[in-house]
Amino acid sequence: MPPRLAWRPAELAAIADESGTARTLRFRVPGWPGHLPGQHVDVRLTADDGYTAQRSYSLAAPADGDLVELTVENFPDGEVSPYLTEVIEVGDQVEIRGPVGGWFVWRPESKAPVLLVAGGSGIVPLMAMIRARRQAGSRVPFRLIYSLRDQDRRFYAEELRRPDPGLDVTYLYTRSAPAGATRPAGRLLLDDLAEGGWPATFEPDCYVCGPTGFVEAAADLLVALGHAPERIRTERFGPTGGG
Amino acid sequence: MWWNERVSIISRGFHGRRRPDSDRLPPGQYLVDDFPVLSAGPTPRVPLDRWEFTVDTEAEQTHRWSWEEFQALPMETPTVDIHCVTKWSKLDTTWEGVSLDVLFEDVETAAEYALVHSYGGYTTNLPLEDLLDGKAWLVHRFDGEDLEPRHGGPARLIVPHLYFWKSAKWVRGIRLLNEEWPGFWETAGYHNYGDPWREQRYEGD
Repeated sequence: MPPRLAWRPAELAAIADESGTARTLRFRVPGWPGHLPGQHVDVRLTADDGYTAQRSYSLAAPADGDLVELTVENFPDGEVSPYLTEVIEVGDQVEIRGPVGGWFVWRPESKAPVLLVAGGSGIVPLMAMIRARRQAGSRVPFRLIYSLRDQDRRFYAEELRRPDPGLDVTYLYTRSAPAGATRPAGRLLLDDLAEGGWPATFEPDCYVCGPTGFVEAAADLLVALGHAPERIRTERFGPTGGG
Repeated sequence: MWWNERVSIISRGFHGRRRPDSDRLPPGQYLVDDFPVLSAGPTPRVPLDRWEFTVDTEAEQTHRWSWEEFQALPMETPTVDIHCVTKWSKLDTTWEGVSLDVLFEDVETAAEYALVHSYGGYTTNLPLEDLLDGKAWLVHRFDGEDLEPRHGGPARLIVPHLYFWKSAKWVRGIRLLNEEWPGFWETAGYHNYGDPWREQRYEGD
């Protein structure tokens, strides 16, 4: 039996706005054992009368010593995310347990091309994979298809604009496309995955993360394009999964 | 909802949202009213004329039910609370299906372990005794409606006293084994048994 994953004290070291409704939080977690891109952590909050609540959040970046980075979207009806996006300040403490999950992960030694399909805040664990690839100096080609409501909702916009050889990024807007865009706003279609992704014959590893409806649709389309179901890994995000 | 006896790390300014029914919530869980989906890959589609459910014993005796044979078995409508390892719990969910006690009536076995396997390749393991004595069902309806594919249709297992990943979707059969054989999540960092009341989420809990 491996030892139990311990709850560790975590102090907020830095905080930054990621979009109008999301913030990136960087915690210092002494003794952090490291993690793989795609894994998540449990965050536990304790009120001063002892009441606690916990939720799971994806890690947004590869391990950096004892620094752990999360991007949290505010679900106004949630119990934990409003605290993490509106109340917490640098120096405040939470508890973190992890890393968790051994399936929705990308390993830097992997040689297969990678297709990342993000819906909304589902970009978070996929961004950890993009950053891990860069950090490892991997030359495995990555393609990211990032579907979101409009430009203002983008996470990591500056970083994804910077040239990163071997990474190809396609934005799809579901509500309003930027002026002059050739693709009208609309939900993810087969052609989007055919054009922005890899042919199935390249046997890419596909990672799909987003709200349930998006993940279901994207995974079905990938199967329709001939991708083997066992190469399609999915993870769901949303008010209920992440609140 | 639960109360922490050892108060050490306080999150300044956190008050939380307390809700009724707290005694029905295992530690670390929160209530939801909708029905979230958790799965690891695409949703398999199984046509009913190709569907079958099997129980294979350790002596390689195979018991087999077609969809029509399954539908002809006595049905129950259990109302149960379900608890997902991703922390949501849903109370009073109503299903319709066949108790595993019915399916195991003619199964002769001395095996202690079960490996549940699904269309699409998913597996999960549990002790056989956790499937028997009114603790588990093979269900094809939820809330009065046929089970949607994304919730595990045409038929899934329901084992409500364990975390919901043990309640395999798109279930295809059960293999009885003398030795334990860890399943999909059980080999990906999750707990081997998964009792929500003992918060057995991850390996080592």
